[in-house]
Amino acid sequence: MTDAPVMPLHMRRAGFDPTDELAAVRRDEGVRRIVTALGVPAYLVTRYDDVREVLGDWGRFSNAGRRVFGMPDAPQLTEEEVARMRAGQLLTFDPPEHTRLRRMLTPEFTVRRMRGLEPRITEIVDAHLDELERLGPPADLVSSFALPIPSLVICELLGVPYADRDEFQYRTRRQLDLSIPLEERLSLGRDARAYMHGLVARAQAAPGADMLGMLVREHGDELSTDELVGIANLLLVAGHETTSNMLGLGTLALLRHPDQLAAVRDEPAAVEPAVEELLRWLSIVHAGIPRVTTTEVEVAGHTIPAGELVVCSLPAANRDPVLVEDPDRFDIARAPAGHLAFGHGVHHCLGAPLARMEMRIAFPALLRRFPDLALAVPFEAVEFRSFHVVYGLRALPVTW
Amino acid sequence: MRVAANRDVCIGAGLCVVTAPAVFDQDDEGIVVLLTEDVPPDRVAAASLAVDRCPSGALRRLDDGSSG
Repeated sequence: MTDAPVMPLHMRRAGFDPTDELAAVRRDEGVRRIVTALGVPAYLVTRYDDVREVLGDWGRFSNAGRRVFGMPDAPQLTEEEVARMRAGQLLTFDPPEHTRLRRMLTPEFTVRRMRGLEPRITEIVDAHLDELERLGPPADLVSSFALPIPSLVICELLGVPYADRDEFQYRTRRQLDLSIPLEERLSLGRDARAYMHGLVARAQAAPGADMLGMLVREHGDELSTDELVGIANLLLVAGHETTSNMLGLGTLALLRHPDQLAAVRDEPAAVEPAVEELLRWLSIVHAGIPRVTTTEVEVAGHTIPAGELVVCSLPAANRDPVLVEDPDRFDIARAPAGHLAFGHGVHHCLGAPLARMEMRIAFPALLRRFPDLALAVPFEAVEFRSFHVVYGLRALPVTW
Repeated sequence: MRVAANRDVCIGAGLCVVTAPAVFDQDDEGIVVLLTEDVPPDRVAAASLAVDRCPSGALRRLDDGSSG
């Protein structure tokens, strides 16, 4: 029998904050040995400069050849299934394989393309606010605002029927929930691939104007069907699960800082820096994809042998005093700092420009529509969700 | 300040374009295009920040003494 997974140090939080223990590791040791949620021993890197160095050096810290299934009782997967799981998954490759895939997608996420999406995203946000207003308070902002908006945006971009949202949102939520046994998460992964195979087959038969259609039209001869499925699944999951948690948790953070909330609501110039500060302060992705050392390395004075797993704590790095002064304070008036909420290096979040655009539109629109937005329950009753690849809220009950 | 951009390394994150739009642009593929190698004095701070932020390491300063 496999024991229930234990939540590792870098996933534990106290509300908005990483734990004091994590801050102490950053201050005193820099690097600590941990056991990941999958039961694999790893080195946890916590300081800003070190995290940047690890994530920025794919030659010594590789994303390929991960030792994911280190548990003695882990399900045995055939080579063929592992290859199918990896196909098109940009996060499991280093350059040049990674570059090949990423370059097919970068044209879709240019600054100009994002500006072109602005009117449609505004329309989607407004439609959800209209519906909230029509139904009246109270409401759960996660299920009525934070989750559906990025879901609809990525569905339209990618070419996934929005009518299927309940099933893919459920699968994503549980696949990334590390408290759920690996066997079930692997099985959900197979279901997700089977679902996407259907959409890819449809796009291959009649490629549309969306991203799946573009991939088939422009790269159909160089991408296998499994690769198309992998790319599309990654974009679908990353496109809704991350931004939705930023919208939920970010709204709660603003509600707890009313003067800063007022600035985001009333001053257009405050929005962009506020989004950056929310990204830094919340750092909802606990850690980048674990890297594997390709050679013996030294990090913060610790020698790490070749072939070891290295986990980078993004919240610890983003709250390092070398990055900003008084890092635990939430302050949207800060000068821009190079936070690592979207990672660093060649795997820096592909969808970052889209996520930023969605947040810059959604936060002020919500706060202007409901200037008296308030929590409908005591703050202590809000349920945070920690043991998950992406930190967030289970629900956000609000009134106005 | 002078800057250089390595288009082979660029991953098209676009941070430079939003940080220092007078110095950096993107082509239709999302890859960095240098608008000027010699950064005007009033754009040095922004260009410097863009170089520091670049996730892929495609940007570097040419005259800061490092061989980068």
